[in-house]
Amino acid sequence: MRTPFLIRLGRSFDARSWQLVGLFAAFALVAVPIMHLVLPPEHPLHLSTYFITLTGKILCYAIVAVAMDLIWGYGGILSLGHGLFFALGGYAFGMYLMRQIGRDGSYQSELPDFMVFLDWKELPWFWAGSDSFLWVALLVLVVPALIAFVFGYFAFRSRIKGVYFSIITQALTYAAMLLFFRNETGFGGNNGFTDFKRILGYSITAPETRVVLFGLSALALIGTLLLARYLVTSKYGRVLTAIRDAESRVMFIGYNPLWYKLFVWTLSAMLCAIAGALYVPQVGIINPSEMSVANSIEIAIWVAVGGRGTLIGPVIGAFIVNLAKSWFTVSFPEYWLFFLGTLFIVATLYLPQGVVGLWFKLRAGFRREGGELAPTTRGAGA
Amino acid sequence: MNAAALLMPKPQDEDNPDWDSGTAELGHILKPGQLDLSHKVILYLEDITVSFDGFRALNKLSLAIDAGELRCIIGPNGAGKTTMMDVITGKTRPDEGTVFFGQTIDLTRLSEPEIAHIGVGRKFQKPTIFENHTVFENLELAMKTDKRVWRSLFAQLDSAAGDRIAETLQLIRLAAHADRLAGLLSHGQKQWLEIGMLLMQEPKLLLLDEPVAGMTDEETERTGELFLSLAGKHSLVVVEHDMAFVKQLGGKVTVLHEGSLLAEGTLEEVQADARVIEVYLGR
Repeated sequence: MRTPFLIRLGRSFDARSWQLVGLFAAFALVAVPIMHLVLPPEHPLHLSTYFITLTGKILCYAIVAVAMDLIWGYGGILSLGHGLFFALGGYAFGMYLMRQIGRDGSYQSELPDFMVFLDWKELPWFWAGSDSFLWVALLVLVVPALIAFVFGYFAFRSRIKGVYFSIITQALTYAAMLLFFRNETGFGGNNGFTDFKRILGYSITAPETRVVLFGLSALALIGTLLLARYLVTSKYGRVLTAIRDAESRVMFIGYNPLWYKLFVWTLSAMLCAIAGALYVPQVGIINPSEMSVANSIEIAIWVAVGGRGTLIGPVIGAFIVNLAKSWFTVSFPEYWLFFLGTLFIVATLYLPQGVVGLWFKLRAGFRREGGELAPTTRGAGA
Repeated sequence: MNAAALLMPKPQDEDNPDWDSGTAELGHILKPGQLDLSHKVILYLEDITVSFDGFRALNKLSLAIDAGELRCIIGPNGAGKTTMMDVITGKTRPDEGTVFFGQTIDLTRLSEPEIAHIGVGRKFQKPTIFENHTVFENLELAMKTDKRVWRSLFAQLDSAAGDRIAETLQLIRLAAHADRLAGLLSHGQKQWLEIGMLLMQEPKLLLLDEPVAGMTDEETERTGELFLSLAGKHSLVVVEHDMAFVKQLGGKVTVLHEGSLLAEGTLEEVQADARVIEVYLGR
């Protein structure tokens, strides 16, 4: 007898993981709004705007980390160009935010300021419909998915693997960055998009808007985790990890790895794009530096530090690294990259399963049990 | 546990024409993509040549395997045995020649998954299983079913599939290890698991590359019994160095040397062949 999809989705987490999800949702959707909007600033439990924007930003990064883990931790495909899809989602949504500025820009024109500056008289064709929220929401999903699909199809069909694939993804994001740096491309050149005023007519800097964006990011992260959990516990997930471990065996039992890889690759790109679209209104800027190679490598570091092949690991990794980054870049800005490099080396050498793996090892040690820590489909919980 | 009965769950399966029915019928209708065994030959290699940087791994090799046959292939190292398996399973494309599966299917035009799907199963020389999956999951993944992405996203095991996995677990004597990670099995157990995965695919032709390497004598003998019970219903091609095992299997033996067919016949015949003796002992 077939079990309905929703029930299977529900069963993909155990009771304790569902409690954690519920607790997180209650905190993000109820506690945070009250602590930010209702409590007066002098109250000890008041959350500052700084906290909301920083945490909201990291929630978006956490989505990217989970998306990266799906392809790297479970699929064995290391992308060093995932920042591209994040940036494309951000740019697509940024077009809408630019149009929402209306005549409030420096040049008081219907056109975005950078177009006036370039002496353009009308919007380029690809900006058509960018004043519609729904159209742009569609672009956020479709454009990165299409690019990922086409790129992935040719790369996976040619059986490009391992470090070669990683290098090509780097080249891809680097090429895109150079393209977006050009003014003629029509996305604001090296300044990108900024000075946003409104979203759906609401002021983008209003505390209420920030709280809503924060809540949406939290919901998107929960949705991503649910989807990812369902995927990795399904038969699809078992085939995916099998491809990671012994691709030729998978082929000789009749699965075509091309479509299996392409599905998770495209899905991962779409999740990154959603994260990018949520990120841009919260930080108020998107520019080509988001497509830099270093940014994409950092994504891989979040996953490695947190623990690849687990789903909660990348979320923890994104928080650890980014909290450290926001502290370092204020206190010792010149040492940040050294710290990041050291962290990556230490994680790779001593923590193959990241922080989550360390936690399970310690717990197993206390219980005097020999736990197996292989990143399997039955991996380390949520 | 009767292995042959297990492997033929549906004796009246339309995909499996009875190849003992005698002559090919007139007006035989060819269905694309379906195995046609009307001439009793399941696999036919004709003038296969494969070169790697000028070195001819296979040199105009021609070989025919009858449906239901158990064929052993022997030959010194570098004779081209593994390359031949690579060609049949689509891993290597021949420079020249054709490989026919039945009368109608040209394997040189198909990809590895397509070849697996139409009924060619392969066991590698080094046991290749999914070490981070449980024994049960290894068999589940190998099971004959719709293997497209969309199906696997929503796939659920029904009770018939569960029963089939349980039967195979019994047959390969790993029932007690169903929930263990396959990577923790002994070498011989891994070999058996890979054979079990092959059986779950319900292939019509099984290619087995040194299936008993690293097995104990007892395991080797039981493997031989299993293969003998499969022959007739399935066609088997076994590449082997262990002459005692080849003797146990009986059947026709093909000797490869420098990428070509050197001799063919019973084990006694080829062992008496002067050229075979020279290749193995001489030089």
